[in-house]
Amino acid sequence: MQKFEKLTGLVAPLDRANVDTDAIIPKQYLKSIKRTGFGPSLFDAWRYLDPGEPGIDHSKRRINPAFILNQARYRGAQILLARDNFGCGSSREHAPWALMDYGFRVIVAPSYADIFYNNSFKNGLLPIVLKADAVDRLFKETEATAGYSLTIDLAAQTVTTASGAEFKFDIDGFRKHCLLNGLDDIELTLQHVAEIRAYEQRRRQQAPWLFADKAGA
Amino acid sequence: MAAKTLYDKLWDAHVVRQNDDDTCLLYIDRHLVHEVTSPQAFEGLKLAHRKVWRVDANLATADHNVPTTQRARGISDPVSRLQIETLDQNCHEHHITEFGMNDPRQGIVHVIGPEQGATLPGMTVVCGDSHTSTHGAFGTLAFGIGTSEVEHVLATQCLIQKKSKNMCVRVEGQIPLGVTAKDMVLAIIGKIGTAGGNGHAIEFAGSAIEQLSIEGRMTVCNMAIEAGARVGMIAADDKTVEYFRGRPYAPKGDNWDAAVQAWRDLKTDSGATFDKEVVLNAADIKPQVTWGTSPEMVVAIDGNVPDPEKENDSTKRTGMQQALKYMGLKSGTPIRDIRLDKIFIGSCTNSRIEDLRAAASVVKGKKVASTISLALVVPGSGLVKTQAEKEGLDQIFKAAGFEWREPGCSMCLAMNADRLEPGERCASTSNRNFEGRQGAGGRTHLVSPAMAAAAAIAGHFVDVRELN
Ligand code: SF4
Repeated sequence: MQKFEKLTGLVAPLDRANVDTDAIIPKQYLKSIKRTGFGPSLFDAWRYLDPGEPGIDHSKRRINPAFILNQARYRGAQILLARDNFGCGSSREHAPWALMDYGFRVIVAPSYADIFYNNSFKNGLLPIVLKADAVDRLFKETEATAGYSLTIDLAAQTVTTASGAEFKFDIDGFRKHCLLNGLDDIELTLQHVAEIRAYEQRRRQQAPWLFADKAGA
Repeated sequence: MAAKTLYDKLWDAHVVRQNDDDTCLLYIDRHLVHEVTSPQAFEGLKLAHRKVWRVDANLATADHNVPTTQRARGISDPVSRLQIETLDQNCHEHHITEFGMNDPRQGIVHVIGPEQGATLPGMTVVCGDSHTSTHGAFGTLAFGIGTSEVEHVLATQCLIQKKSKNMCVRVEGQIPLGVTAKDMVLAIIGKIGTAGGNGHAIEFAGSAIEQLSIEGRMTVCNMAIEAGARVGMIAADDKTVEYFRGRPYAPKGDNWDAAVQAWRDLKTDSGATFDKEVVLNAADIKPQVTWGTSPEMVVAIDGNVPDPEKENDSTKRTGMQQALKYMGLKSGTPIRDIRLDKIFIGSCTNSRIEDLRAAASVVKGKKVASTISLALVVPGSGLVKTQAEKEGLDQIFKAAGFEWREPGCSMCLAMNADRLEPGERCASTSNRNFEGRQGAGGRTHLVSPAMAAAAAIAGHFVDVRELN
């Protein structure tokens, strides 16, 4: 997994609550068997005026000028500002893959859907929770200031504006540790093989039917 | 010992190790696999030279991409085909049991798990699919996971998890005639909102929940995720035990007796406390219809499309305006004046035998309105389809002008050829009315099977209670 320590980046605002993962990356792209290449289809139905299909040349498509991320001033943004319940709906990990592939490393919102929140960490995408009034203020400042950027410091758990205003955020220790060090969860779990085996043995005695095969022996 | 909730009990029974922080290593009893969220996980496994930890804990099927017509011809879309072939290949390589596209037991992953008895009370069940909450209907701890976690389960049979908070949604009283499990869960989501269960595991309880059949309970738990909760659960009872008796993967002989005894404890202890509680009165629930692009945008059949101007919260107001624009609806329009183009009866929410029976009983002897361009019935599994045909339900649907299809996800998310065209309006028994969910520009209204059937006949929404 990609490490995350500190980042100063351009901010793009997506002023909508309940942005679902179907909107982040529509289903037709889920047919891919790869983890990469989803960036050009991020927010596909909002970003383009014509319908998108996997495998087509996205650079030839008709851009929707009304969609916020298409504005020149937000090009190259690495931080996405969003509203409540971001990432609700389907569990597709293609959503964080698409956001990362597009160039986002951080999302700042008042709340997230649980599965999306979890999936983000597994991919080195940092979903930061700030209070609704702080997010509101960032929305106003982003919209008012061209080239608006924020500095995210994971170790210090801070979001800092160019003018020096600082917001603290919470993150649980394990996730922070993994993200700072780019650690692979599976590797960590496999350090506990003996405990997993011991659990299985205990369980097999208590509830043998959980280990029975189809014959239900 | 302190009184525990059902969620506490299921959680505690599966903790392999408590980490130093507030996460646990949680053991997974059953892992369901489908073609969309697994290829990258198998690839990751291969790249790291890892093996599947416990092969027999996995069960796979192809459901999202499969065509619902002319299966013998194979899949014409090469991208879909590759994804399904990749699943076949991965299962073959790792010796995982798969109900492939042409297996009579194939179907939607959340329909076949319980149908086979492969998901059982007291288990932890995961799948790379958010509607895994469905399996909570029998006192099971079931939740959807992402692809990285699919790989984690394949490799270790465990997940690193943080416990959610306990929430109880209680529905009390007699369920009115013509009101179904789907209406109940839509009413719940309408009340608590799509983020109402975020961070929580929801237990559905109360006398109205107890009255539901196991299939109805699955419909309720299926949509827990639409209320923001990864986990939806209902205590096990006699109906639960009877449901699993004799299923292919269910325990047999002495194991069965021991299992049943253990299942008796799969309920919240009296005196246990929840972090959050919500109570609904079943008598207040009417047949529900969503009008917007989020499942919380829902009203009763006798209501009207709401007015955003009356909403005080500005983010919500904008959301409502965007939804009305997308849905092509005017505020104040009576729900029953909304005319439909297509009807979809299917999905992991409502494609089991009882759903098809309910729809068929409304349709029997009638004809689909001439203004409806397509009315689809897509059974949840091959076995549901066979059962329905045995009961003659297929004949009822076909005589009325419905198409009777092969099992799969179909128009629930339109990854195959079944979809809405831009601007088309659909009464759907599925679970998500998000923009573009059933096809780019398509407009989805979520309803129960009986309501969808009644809308097919009338061409617009009608109150099923008035048909009886
Ligand atoms: S039927 Fe729909 S919601 Fe259910 S698993 Fe398939 S695509 Fe997902």
